[in-house]
Amino acid sequence: MSALGLTIAVPRGALMEGSLDLLDSLGIDTSEVRANDRKLLFRDVGIVTMRPSDVPTYVEAGAADIGITGKDVLMEQSERDVYELHDLGFGRCVIVLASVAGEDRAAEALRRLGVMRVATKYPKISLRHFEATGRQAEIVEVKGSVELAPLTGLVETIVDLTATGTTLRENGLVVREEIAVVTARLIANPVAHKLKAAAIDELLERVRAA
Amino acid sequence: MIHPIPSGTRDVLPDEMRELRAIIAAAHDVFGRAGYGEVATPALEYESTLARGGVASALPAYRLFDEAGDVLVLRSDMTVPIARLVATRFDGVEPPLRLSYVANAYRVVRAQRGQPREFLQAGIELIGAPAPSGSAEALTVMCDVLDAVGLERYRVGLGDVDLYVSLLDGCGVQGEARQRLMHQLADRDFVGLAREVEALGLDDEAAELLVHVPQMRGGPEILERLGGAASAAAEGLRGLYALLPPRVAERVIFDLGLLGGLDYYTGAIFEVYDPALGVPIGQGGRYDDLLGRFGSPQPAVGFALTIERLHIALTGEERA
Repeated sequence: MSALGLTIAVPRGALMEGSLDLLDSLGIDTSEVRANDRKLLFRDVGIVTMRPSDVPTYVEAGAADIGITGKDVLMEQSERDVYELHDLGFGRCVIVLASVAGEDRAAEALRRLGVMRVATKYPKISLRHFEATGRQAEIVEVKGSVELAPLTGLVETIVDLTATGTTLRENGLVVREEIAVVTARLIANPVAHKLKAAAIDELLERVRAA
Repeated sequence: MIHPIPSGTRDVLPDEMRELRAIIAAAHDVFGRAGYGEVATPALEYESTLARGGVASALPAYRLFDEAGDVLVLRSDMTVPIARLVATRFDGVEPPLRLSYVANAYRVVRAQRGQPREFLQAGIELIGAPAPSGSAEALTVMCDVLDAVGLERYRVGLGDVDLYVSLLDGCGVQGEARQRLMHQLADRDFVGLAREVEALGLDDEAAELLVHVPQMRGGPEILERLGGAASAAAEGLRGLYALLPPRVAERVIFDLGLLGGLDYYTGAIFEVYDPALGVPIGQGGRYDDLLGRFGSPQPAVGFALTIERLHIALTGEERA
């Protein structure tokens, strides 16, 4: 039985467990999703799975009516035209500015060179943060492990998402600034938000009660 | 030999053009029968005209310089050029004025998304007709066009840009706090809206009103559920709904958080949705202050349907 006739985009990765637990508590049977690591589309229960950064894409286009993704993804893709309906509370992480422990090389670069180099998977969030704090930064977008960049001298500092700070610590990095606290959010397509208003409101009510 | 064209533009070949022509012919036919005379305006306008209309940031336009160094823009919608035209060419004419158009508009798009830079709009402007009767006429003509082209499952989202403003007035939210709330609502971020409202430290009733009313969507029954200040704020929508013929009224989904995204809207606004498409097919609303910005103050209402999107929805409905 699909959730009130809605198609739900569920993120794979760190947010998946919490998302499926939530859907279970709403009475949506997620056992097939949990048992199937490779399958992406579960038509019977109205679930499609994808990486978190693809969730706003599918929801904006209406390929999914609603979706679950991190606030970090929504902040980075702020141009996406989707409704942000509810703070689901789980998946709490912090977007931080971090650099190699000891003397802050970013501060030194800023003082002596007028600009610092920043590696990140979040170029837009980073640019906005540095603009808002009146600093010049050269953004280096990387796709893989961001922690490597300051260790090799590619950059002086990084902007990255951290849950516990363990990976940062293990790589000898320390948090210099907290940019934003992020959690999982429930989002909706603007057209579905109207055409399936009753179903979405019903689901929201169950989420709030859960 | 491949000769590329800019992303976001396209060639139209006979198969597609035949289908587009059928849609446009149906629109022309409805406009004509409803007494709307067709107008055309230049694709190029002075930048100052768009700035006067207040759409420069919401509808970013392509700019170029003419030989005198003046900044020209490719029109980003038809409502502002027609407001200019009405003030210039119809000054002192007995209202109401009924004008229609089928024309291309151009918008700057985000890089590398392949979004259309050029698109075809069909619409009307009903000038000098106040709310609610003028709005009811515009909505009716719009539904007549959609019916005539054969779209079956479409719905019309109907809201009022003044509604949330009057709630803010009632709760005494002014100045910067008001702008923050409006920004969250325009951004469709209800989590952010709830956070901003909470930060204001209003009493429970006011906070509840400001967070929940803009999230209400549904049939006329949602207007009945409103109490006190919210109920008074929805009086405009009630009056409009009462004037709609049944075939239009049954399409309506009230959306008390709808803002329309354009600076010139006042009062009732609406959007067209179809289950076959994830984005609105068209939009419209009242713009009672826009003509005044061009020195010809009078109430007005209009809508624009994007023909390419209408075509996609029609094709999608066929497949469903």
